[in-house]
Amino acid sequence: MINAGTLALAALGLPFGSFVLLAVIPPLRRAGRAAGALSIAATGGSLLASLILWRGLPGQPVELQWSWLPAESGPMASVGVLVDPLAAKMLVLVALVSFLVQLYSLGYLEQETAPALGRYFAYHSLFAFSMIGLVLASNFLQMFIFWELVGLCSYLLIGFWYDKPEAARAAVKAFWVTKAGDLGFIIGIVLLWGQAGTFNFIELFAMASGKTLPAAGLGLIMFLIYLGAVGKSAQFPLHVWLPDAMEGPTPVSALIHAATMVAAGVYLVSRVYPLFLLTPDVLALIAWVGAFTALLAATLGLVQADIKRVLAYSTVSQLGYMMAALGAGAAAAGFFHLLTHGLFKALLFLGAGAVIHAVGTNDIWQMGRLGRAMPQTAIVFLVGTLALAGIWPLAGFFSKDAVLAGVWEGGLTVPFLMLAVTVFLTAFYMFRVVFVVFFGSGHAEGHPHDAPLVMTVPLWILAILTVGAGIRLAVGGDEGAHSPGWVPWLSSALAVAGIAGAWLTYQRGTVSADALVRAFRPLYFAAVKKFWLDDLYGAIYRGVFLGVSWGVGWVDRYLVDGVVNLASAWTLRWGDRLRQIQTGRAQDYLYGVALGLLLVIVWSYWR
Amino acid sequence: MGLQPYLILAACLFAIGLFGVLTRRNAIGILLGIELMLNAVNINLVAFARYAADPAGLIFTLFTISITVAEVALGLAIVILIFRVRLTVEADHLDLLKG
Amino acid sequence: MGCNGIPLLTLITWAPFLGAVLIMFTARHHPLAVRLIAAVTTGISLVLSVVVYLGYDTDAAGFQCYEKIPLVPALGISYEVGADGISLILVLLTAIIIFSGVFASWTIQTRSQEFYALLLVLVTGVFGVFVSLDLFVFFLFYELAVLPMYLLIGIWGTSAQIRPRGIFAWAMRETGVGSKEYAAMKLTLYLLLGSAFILVGILALYMAAGGSSFSFLELEGAAFDPVLQRWVFLLFYVGFGVLAGIWPLHTWSPDGHASAPTAVSMLHAGVLMKLGAYGVVRMGMGLLPEGTHDWVPLVGTIATINIVYGALSAMAQTDLKYVIAYSSVSHMGIVMLGAATLTEAGLNGSVFQMFAHGIMTGLFFALVGLVYEKAHSREISKMGGFGRMMPGIATAFTLGGLSSLGLPATAGFVAEFLTFLGAWRSAHAWWLFPAVAGTFLTAIYVLRVVKQIFWGPAPAHGEFHDLPDARGPEWVALVLLMFVIVLFGMVPAIAIGPIDTATVPLLTRLGIRP
Repeated sequence: MINAGTLALAALGLPFGSFVLLAVIPPLRRAGRAAGALSIAATGGSLLASLILWRGLPGQPVELQWSWLPAESGPMASVGVLVDPLAAKMLVLVALVSFLVQLYSLGYLEQETAPALGRYFAYHSLFAFSMIGLVLASNFLQMFIFWELVGLCSYLLIGFWYDKPEAARAAVKAFWVTKAGDLGFIIGIVLLWGQAGTFNFIELFAMASGKTLPAAGLGLIMFLIYLGAVGKSAQFPLHVWLPDAMEGPTPVSALIHAATMVAAGVYLVSRVYPLFLLTPDVLALIAWVGAFTALLAATLGLVQADIKRVLAYSTVSQLGYMMAALGAGAAAAGFFHLLTHGLFKALLFLGAGAVIHAVGTNDIWQMGRLGRAMPQTAIVFLVGTLALAGIWPLAGFFSKDAVLAGVWEGGLTVPFLMLAVTVFLTAFYMFRVVFVVFFGSGHAEGHPHDAPLVMTVPLWILAILTVGAGIRLAVGGDEGAHSPGWVPWLSSALAVAGIAGAWLTYQRGTVSADALVRAFRPLYFAAVKKFWLDDLYGAIYRGVFLGVSWGVGWVDRYLVDGVVNLASAWTLRWGDRLRQIQTGRAQDYLYGVALGLLLVIVWSYWR
Repeated sequence: MGLQPYLILAACLFAIGLFGVLTRRNAIGILLGIELMLNAVNINLVAFARYAADPAGLIFTLFTISITVAEVALGLAIVILIFRVRLTVEADHLDLLKG
Repeated sequence: MGCNGIPLLTLITWAPFLGAVLIMFTARHHPLAVRLIAAVTTGISLVLSVVVYLGYDTDAAGFQCYEKIPLVPALGISYEVGADGISLILVLLTAIIIFSGVFASWTIQTRSQEFYALLLVLVTGVFGVFVSLDLFVFFLFYELAVLPMYLLIGIWGTSAQIRPRGIFAWAMRETGVGSKEYAAMKLTLYLLLGSAFILVGILALYMAAGGSSFSFLELEGAAFDPVLQRWVFLLFYVGFGVLAGIWPLHTWSPDGHASAPTAVSMLHAGVLMKLGAYGVVRMGMGLLPEGTHDWVPLVGTIATINIVYGALSAMAQTDLKYVIAYSSVSHMGIVMLGAATLTEAGLNGSVFQMFAHGIMTGLFFALVGLVYEKAHSREISKMGGFGRMMPGIATAFTLGGLSSLGLPATAGFVAEFLTFLGAWRSAHAWWLFPAVAGTFLTAIYVLRVVKQIFWGPAPAHGEFHDLPDARGPEWVALVLLMFVIVLFGMVPAIAIGPIDTATVPLLTRLGIRP
């Protein structure tokens, strides 16, 4: 039996090694598929290590530490790994999805040139390393370090097709918006360090349970740390970057913007949950914001025509579920939903990728009857959709059920209602996509067909896991606590209603979609406009940042520096005037001499 | 006769010379003015030598006279050179020292 | 004397000078020989700096590799050098930057012989400042570091276009804003103004201590009158602060850096600005504890202005080189803020930021030089899509930008984070917020520039066709600097360890228990 710490380090080190090799050996990187093979092998090794680690997890958390920032009185900050059940489960999810997505990318990006492919896999290795480092982080500082690194990977991969202006804009937007949240995170960390004098999770938990953590300002600190999660996990009002992030390649969306990185915020809150428990007000806020985000994103998802954007809004919505559960006190349920969502949302994105790969567009109205042309994709996509809608006995049913139960138990009635409405909406917008794309009356261009094996295998693995996990839970009873027996019935009923609604509207045409739009005109209009949030941020960016910077730049150049130039110009001008008395005529100088002589005589006479 | 008349004469001569130097526009006129000033000095030196019964003043005067000759020769040479180059000896036009 | 009997610091300092002499006398009209001599002599300095750095005994701490040769015993002037944790890392920084600078200006055409000679003389001055422990010799080296700049910018610089506007438009027209001569003159006058303050300060301390020694170590032991300390600290702060780009005395730096040729910008923004910060920390805080306590509130507050104001100004620029130049103003704010916190974390962060920013801005200016050389444009809005044509330069620029905005795993993050911690623990906790805001503003302007220049499609006017990537000797500079950024970002302990041995005694002298 290999030691847990060693396994964790192996899981962390393999992708790092792969990244370093790809970064420093340009010929290897430019080889394209060879680079992919290296990266996939490394991530596969990580997956193996994390699986072994997960199965043989020791009872006690394992922590390894090395000094990172030395100081006079012992290290100020350390780096290390912390392995406990939470980290181990997340590690398996991250390694698994990374591995499958990288494999899938080999097929999805076969058109790319070799150097671009090499770059892609170098970024992927870096991402796997960073995300695993984030999961295994043993302290806040290390968490922040990897937190920013995954943000960097997200930025680089969204902008993978950097020639496209939309991709470039989306990448920068994603970085800025998440960075805005991270400002809160870093201030929170600094403040917490000021309070407690340590970054280490275990020490902080000990202080929290021993009531030795100074309570003053803790609410503010935890709120600031939560802001980081708001940015990363696309909570209202910082969710605007995630839909735009869909400009990146679809496998990237599946990995980073659905399964792993965006869940980092949820993971962060789960990770330091003992600290959040000390601040119930912040938890309540998390629940409310989460529920609101879930509802808001679901309404936005209803009006999108881009298949990836629908999925992106559904990700935002599901992240809202997770956060709501955490805020309501059901940490286990929230984290459980993170894991199941990671599986089926990756599945959905990869399925959508297969569709896009086949038809060459993202617009669902240019697709149709793909169920016959690509049966495998249709089946796995349907599995994913059913899981997302929360249909028994798929994995999503149990986790969503646990979340709803947890929120109800937490006594948050209004958030519960919002989430319940969202269940209906989720089923509706997801089946809208399913009916339009795979069954509907439209017709796609060309001759779409199922993806090659390298793409379908990851799809099937994820589909089997989604079903398998659900069946295992159905048979063996699930981990989430759900006391009120009516919750699963309610959520199932709502989901079925949503599916039925979508079927009536988009398959049978019994209910006209236009009539629905007319009925909800103001809401529809607002949703199409994304509730004006993007416009607001655009205005802030242009008006406040660029405007103020223009003003400061002007002041600096024309006032601050202007004063300097004024002094200089005055010197020049007076020098010029004084220069005039140098006429160059010897006689004028002699006048001066004579005058001086006279003055000396007069002065000596009168003295 | 005391010292004073000689000094007054020398002062007048000096003032006339200075006036000439300052007001003359022709370089040769200026040189003549300088000669007058130098001669005023000579008178002073001779007068003081006589008054103090010290021959050093006379020796100085002899020096001055011979140096003045050299100076005039040099000055005239410069004036001629300037005339050759610039075709004028008007002092107003000679402002190469201008700042 | 020296390190194990070898006068390593002297060798580091004077090797470039020897190179300059050799270049002037032996390499006439042999451009390649000029470059080789420059590369070899600065390479010697680099290798020896690494040797000294690795050989530094952190347990013993204090000034090591000490050498002393009396020059004018009657006045107490001697050639006295030594390195502690702070000077050590700055010597290393200087060596790295000048070595890269030699390669970054490989393609310079006009009068390359004189260019390299002046550059090497200048760097001798910089090394000298960092290692000298005699205030008189310190000042000599300081002037040696400042003056060649005038010629380097005035002769090899490039002019920018700045439209005179506003109420002082006539003054700007009169002074010829934007031309390289203007920039060179402005820079020189500013820095000489600063050195006048410094000279007065040094002489005041010399006289107050009895007029028998200029030695830093002896002055350190002298107890100065608090009133004198207050005034002399202000003199040092203003004098050195001009060089460190403190607001509002910073306006020489954008013009100077933008006009200077590549290697000079690298050296100036990368090292010379640190010389100012080093002066404040070493002379101001090291010799004048009570003066320090009187003035740190001002120093820190102005530093926060620098951070935010510099970043906002950088955002407003349309000329690539000006963006980088203003980012230096912003980052020097972090350096001064860290020092003003008077905490162990903050001071370590400050010194680390001197190093990190030096490397990063060196990289930036090297890249701007390369882009300009290939595209003949510095106008950001005209460029676009360069990433496809010059992927290497794009990667290096992005890495520099990431370090600039404080991304973890780059040197910039460690420095900024330590400064944040220090700011929160200091007597003025609110300094934290403008400092953090500065990193966000940096993220905005840096990524905006990266996006505009390297991403997106190439502009329609087709002016930029098949621009080549960096090649040959240019890569030496880029790779070395990128490696250092990442190395020190991932393993900051290798720098913080020695720095800590110098900052803790400094704080103890200031009466603060770390």
